[in-house]
Amino acid sequence: MAKLRDESGFADADAFYAKLVEAHRDLDDAASAKLNAKLVLLLANHIGDIDVVDEALAAAGRPVR
Amino acid sequence: MGFVYPQYEFRPSADSAAAQPVRHAVVVIGAGPVGLATAIDLAQSGRRVVLLDDDTSVSHGSRGLCYAKRTLEIFDRLGCAAPIVAKGVTWQVGKVFHGPKQIYAFDLLPEGGHRFPAFVNLQQYWLEKFLVDRALSLPNLDLRFASRVSALEPHADHVGLDVETPAGKYRIEAEWVVACDGARSPARKMLGLDFKGRVFEDRFLIADVRMQAEFPTERWFWFEPPFHEGESTLLHKQPDDLWRIDFQLGANADPQTEKEPARVIPRVQAMLGPDVAFELEWVSVYTFQCRRLERLRHGRVLFAGDAAHQVSPFGARGANSGVQDADNLVWKLCAVLDGHAPAALLDSYDAERGAAADENIGHSTRATDFITPKNAAARLFRDAVLELAPHHAFARRLVNSGRLSQATHYSASPLSTPDIDVFKGGPAPGSPALDAPLKDGWLLDLLKGGFTLLAFGETAPELPDLPIAIAAISEADDPQRLAHQRYDAAPGTVYLFRPDQYVCCRLKRFDATAIRSAYARACGKEM
Ligand SMILES: Cc1cc2nc3c(=O)[nH]c(=O)nc-3n(C[C@H](O)[C@H](O)[C@H](O)COP(=O)(O)OP(=O)(O)OC[C@H]3O[C@@H](n4cnc5c(N)ncnc54)[C@H](O)[C@@H]3O)c2cc1C
Repeated sequence: MAKLRDESGFADADAFYAKLVEAHRDLDDAASAKLNAKLVLLLANHIGDIDVVDEALAAAGRPVR
Repeated sequence: MGFVYPQYEFRPSADSAAAQPVRHAVVVIGAGPVGLATAIDLAQSGRRVVLLDDDTSVSHGSRGLCYAKRTLEIFDRLGCAAPIVAKGVTWQVGKVFHGPKQIYAFDLLPEGGHRFPAFVNLQQYWLEKFLVDRALSLPNLDLRFASRVSALEPHADHVGLDVETPAGKYRIEAEWVVACDGARSPARKMLGLDFKGRVFEDRFLIADVRMQAEFPTERWFWFEPPFHEGESTLLHKQPDDLWRIDFQLGANADPQTEKEPARVIPRVQAMLGPDVAFELEWVSVYTFQCRRLERLRHGRVLFAGDAAHQVSPFGARGANSGVQDADNLVWKLCAVLDGHAPAALLDSYDAERGAAADENIGHSTRATDFITPKNAAARLFRDAVLELAPHHAFARRLVNSGRLSQATHYSASPLSTPDIDVFKGGPAPGSPALDAPLKDGWLLDLLKGGFTLLAFGETAPELPDLPIAIAAISEADDPQRLAHQRYDAAPGTVYLFRPDQYVCCRLKRFDATAIRSAYARACGKEM
């Protein structure tokens, strides 16, 4: 059964998106990649559900093997 | 006192002069830690056993280093833990550094009330020497040095072995062969068996350094230390003022050049600082593999230790898991030889220790992938974890500098009888016994005589006509109540243990019929 939330989770979705892009504004590619990696780890741990993470990986375009 | 390599003598065996090949019940190939443990266990269980080794001394170089609590408990059952623990360096705390900073520390045995420590560090040559001492004290154990097995010939009811010695070649036969002939296992090749898995490309430099130093007796692991740019380093204390240092060198390092003292000394000096005096005792450059035999049993030939499976050193799972193979196998071989069990019981060795090999390979592969990331993305996540670790508990759990060896739980074992009664704790069927201090001695001392029924309460039940020892623990025997707590036991609770101290079944109230059928199942009668 799908567990990954599909409808918007934020009251103000535009504000979330702006915050995300804003965080990367002054970063070069390496720093930006590091920020994203940490963000993924923090959020994935917060979710703490391997099935949700699995569905998110698939939805994000994990190659099918 | 440093180590002096013993030289064991080759003595011609009477077998070499026999007109017909002499038939033995069990022949063990290879006197490394695993073959020695196997042969000692067989001999002290009253079996005659021949142990063949192609060499005349112990491990060349210090190699295996950290011996885990469960392994020490097995060595205790084998009558040789005392010198190992006395000589070894006891430790339980590990520290992990990123750059110059400590990011966290872990304690592998935070609770008291255990006879053996989490780990003892001891050079493999010392370990083997103590095991050989024990082996030579057992009259049933026929240890033949300078005796190389050069051919294995499986038959329906026996295996033929050619043995090459300085005095020539002779043939013997064995009902059962245990192949403990190491990672390069000639026995495996003689049977034409595949050894599949992953080869890692990163090279590591390993150095035993003699010095007087003030580092505490802990395992220290550095990711990207200031003294060894971009790579990792591991430091362990050993006896005799020796320290083990592992430097990751990367995939492109040249093994010959890197072994030169002119290359090694500056690396070590950079780590220790300019004022520390040291001597190099042993240096080696290695790569490693994680691989296993698909099946550990091939008819009458059983594979154990590195011959059966190989892991990376991160986690100290090589010798530790091999000794646990021996512990699992020997009582089964004895039960089959005694006619108490069908030969199919030996398939449970493959089931249980095959699962253990998978678990060990899994842990060791993941640790290696964390320490030596395989691409830019893996390195990015690794570095992100290391940067988050000082501030976030969850990230510390992701830092993997090696998950250190623990006993395997055989959760899917065909030999276990599942719980019917409700236990809120304690070792479940398929789990190893937990030690606890008793008024007189230790709980594990009660579990050294084959199958044992451990009964909590004032009166011990009786089990006539079953080869099961009975041991009782009353409330008075357990003044600290730790045995009762660790087993979730009340008066009347019973645990049936296998000879390797694993739980076969447990009940809140003794029931002879249930114990009888659990015993039959543990002997492979339902396989
Ligand atoms: C750098 C390093 C660090 C390690 N650290 C640890 C650690 O901290 N903890 C740990 O648990 N493990 C560690 N290990 C692994 C450990 O050394 C091995 O897992 C262990 O030696 C395996 O024991 P074994 O008895 O299976 O094989 P081996 O020790 O390799 O013994 C095999 C024996 O068989 C003999 N033999 C071979 N062929 C024949 C033949 N044809 N006839 C007769 N005899 C033969 C050999 O002479 C040898 O004595 C480490 C290994 C290395 C290299």
